[in-house]
Amino acid sequence: MKRPTNRQKSKTFDLIILKTATNYLIPLLLMFSIFVLLRGHYLSGGGFVGGLIASIAFVLHSFAHTTKVTLALFRFSPKTLIPVGLSICLLSALIPVFTGAPFFTGLWLEEPIAVIGSVGTALFFDIGVYAVVLGVTLTILFTIKDNV
Amino acid sequence: MVDFRIFTNTETKTFMIGILITVFVVAFLILFSGNSFRPKYYRLLAIFPLLLFLYFGYFMMNLQEESSLLLHYKWIPSLGINLDFKLDGLSLLFSLLITGIGTLIYFYASDYLKNAHYLNRFYCYLTLFMGSMLGLVLSDNLMTVFMFWELTSITSFFLIGFNNEEESSRKSAMTAFAITGLGGFLLLAGFLLIANITGSFSIQELMSSHEILQNNSMYILILIFIFGGAFTKSAQFPFHFWLPGAMAAPTPVSAYLHSATMVKAGIYVLARFSPILSDGYIWNNTLMIVGGITMIYGAFHSIFRTDLKEILAYSTVSALGIIVFLLGIGTDYALYAAVTFILVHALYKATLFLTAGIIDHAVHTRDITKLTGLGKYMPVVAIAAFIAALSSAGVPLTFGFISKDLIYESTLNFPQWGVYLTIFAVTTNVLLAGSGFLAGVKPFLGESIQKPSRLHKPSVFLWLPVVILSLLTLIFGIFPFLADDGILNHAFTSIAVRETELYLKLWHGFNTVLILSIFTIIFGLFLFVFNRYLRTPLQNVLKLEPVSPQSLTESFGEFFRKFAFNYTRLMHNGYLRNYLIVIILFITGLVGYRLITTVPLQLITEDLSGFSIYELTFFIIILVSIFYTLKTTSRLTAIASLGVIGYCLCLIFVFYGAPDLAMTQFAIDTLTVVLFVLVLFKLPGFLPFRNKKIIFRDAVISLSFGTLIMLITLQSLVYPASKEISRFYAENAYTLAKGKNVVNVILVDFRGFDTLIESVVLSIAALGVYGILKYRGINEEAD
Repeated sequence: MKRPTNRQKSKTFDLIILKTATNYLIPLLLMFSIFVLLRGHYLSGGGFVGGLIASIAFVLHSFAHTTKVTLALFRFSPKTLIPVGLSICLLSALIPVFTGAPFFTGLWLEEPIAVIGSVGTALFFDIGVYAVVLGVTLTILFTIKDNV
Repeated sequence: MVDFRIFTNTETKTFMIGILITVFVVAFLILFSGNSFRPKYYRLLAIFPLLLFLYFGYFMMNLQEESSLLLHYKWIPSLGINLDFKLDGLSLLFSLLITGIGTLIYFYASDYLKNAHYLNRFYCYLTLFMGSMLGLVLSDNLMTVFMFWELTSITSFFLIGFNNEEESSRKSAMTAFAITGLGGFLLLAGFLLIANITGSFSIQELMSSHEILQNNSMYILILIFIFGGAFTKSAQFPFHFWLPGAMAAPTPVSAYLHSATMVKAGIYVLARFSPILSDGYIWNNTLMIVGGITMIYGAFHSIFRTDLKEILAYSTVSALGIIVFLLGIGTDYALYAAVTFILVHALYKATLFLTAGIIDHAVHTRDITKLTGLGKYMPVVAIAAFIAALSSAGVPLTFGFISKDLIYESTLNFPQWGVYLTIFAVTTNVLLAGSGFLAGVKPFLGESIQKPSRLHKPSVFLWLPVVILSLLTLIFGIFPFLADDGILNHAFTSIAVRETELYLKLWHGFNTVLILSIFTIIFGLFLFVFNRYLRTPLQNVLKLEPVSPQSLTESFGEFFRKFAFNYTRLMHNGYLRNYLIVIILFITGLVGYRLITTVPLQLITEDLSGFSIYELTFFIIILVSIFYTLKTTSRLTAIASLGVIGYCLCLIFVFYGAPDLAMTQFAIDTLTVVLFVLVLFKLPGFLPFRNKKIIFRDAVISLSFGTLIMLITLQSLVYPASKEISRFYAENAYTLAKGKNVVNVILVDFRGFDTLIESVVLSIAALGVYGILKYRGINEEAD
């Protein structure tokens, strides 16, 4: 049995309102996800939730357009985000080692930076988690969407 | 004495950790260089181990003044796991072997493997291996010893399986990895027990607590675990069979890993721990018995094999047995013999292996019944191989003579069963002498049957390492004090923890030992000359193969594979509902049993707060949605109402002050619904189950599970959980980790390690989904 491909499907559902809406929603949702990521250390939020919100943004976009169009927004496959994220996590844990402190010691800059807040290794770690979660979610969802 | 010290002490120490890091960095640089270098440039890499060799050689001067150098670096201080490194006589001996023979192997392999694909991978594995081996012998912390130990197993797996297109190669790599991996596991158990009893991971500190260990009731268990680790790695009977199998590796690898360095890791651990664990009875007798069996068994097998590398593999097994045997005897003579033999064996066995590689390279066969008269075409190699064979037989003026003398000296001087031990040692050495001649002399003598035109002349990169090694055998044989003062004396001191009057000498006078030596050489020659006639009757031993440890292990593996196959077929039948039923029933049964038998059930109602109108509303919405999910005949409706339940739960989290949880749950729920919708259209038609029995079964399962969870929740009110941990987190989130959101601080700081590992798990899951679905796609296209 031949399955309908994505392109054929998109022809059957031409959702003009959703398409237009997502074009505006994507930057908003992404900004929100970064906001959630950065406020994590003081208020509710963090890398994990941030990553999930960001992936919801892209998933929404892929519903309105197709996965192909969504993937075109990336310069590289979302899979790449996984090793990149893991490396950021690992590096943030390794940075203290070079200053002589044990692995995974939290190091912080003395003065907080405007808008971002306090900058420390924990923040980089959270950024890594954000990237991993985004990469993992998008890889799983897009693979299933395209192959099932 | 000339002062060779260039660095101050602290500088050399920091330099040492730098060296280990450099080795690993270089390994990955080689890997990522791709195939952009021509094979001949890889030989320049030999400079790297050479520099390391010179560096460790420089320490030889330093050790004259201090018995050991220590370096501490805090890694995970809360667990007592630190990067502690120690350089004493024993580790220096091994470091020099690893880097010295490593240099020659780097050099040799660049020519030997010049036609191989992925030479960059080969050199990456080789460098990683060298780094792990150095780390292993330099570590002073049990955990880092274990870590590097495992790394040597893993890198050796890749090196044995380097010709990964051949099935035999893959199988040998798996066998070696399974056996040494099992050993690593046992070693970890032993180390943890030791650390538990003494409260320290530092080998240096353990030296003083050997009485505590030996009087502990766990002492036997510790010995079993440590022996398990060391015997598997060092190929002692009955775990020896992975070593002959590992000969599927390229010859430089066999020479490096399976004769000179890695297989001696087990020996190293035994030597390192003998001052700590040796009790003069169980430890020593076990080592003597196991080592004794191994040396006889290996030597006996080496004499009737026909494959050149197989002969060498079995004689290596035997040599490892001799070292273990000597460590077991444990007298001054024996320990001195052990350290000397480590060096002697590394020198002559590496020579023979590399020669076997040259022969294989030149005439494309390793069958010694076919190899004759090669000496005419490669005289230099032939002379080097002769020297190695003579050293293995213990002929005077080679280094082997000196170590053989020491071995006989130590067995003869053993108080109780000196005569029997000597008989064992002499038998082994006679057989080893015979097999040494077979491997080092036989191929070069006699009439040439090869057509000269088919021969490749060995290039300088192949014969130079062989010549250097055999020259060293000669130099140390004639001037034994060079090796003695430089390193062996210090190595002895670090095993025995005492000074000794012993020193290596060429001439002991005319005594029993000399007569035994002469006897060994003569009978070795006899075995060599009459090998042709002896081989056939001896090969009858192979009929016992079905009950050999190798066959037994393999049939156990096969049994286990079949068991796993049938078990999987039974449990994984592909129906999601069956998985769920099994999982839920199992949890309900296990937790329910524990709850009923050990916890007195009671209800405390006065602590329960009343509920507000919001909560009641959401409760009703949840109930209605559940009902709707069960009753509906449309999948979409079912998924949507499940989503409603999820969102209601989020709101309940919000009411009870867990905004982080609520946010995450909210996002997860959204994505779950999306996931469902994605696959919704691909599912087969909806089949409502109207079978009464099934409905009844499901109702019972879900009701009992629900009841269990409710009981646990209510019970947890009776026993308020320890608040200490949560209070610690709450109080210290800002002071220690500069965060105000405790949940996030726990995730990224206090328990950052967990989060890191969880991220890895997530990534593996994603790769799994990707792999499975893409692979399925490929298969369908092929159909």
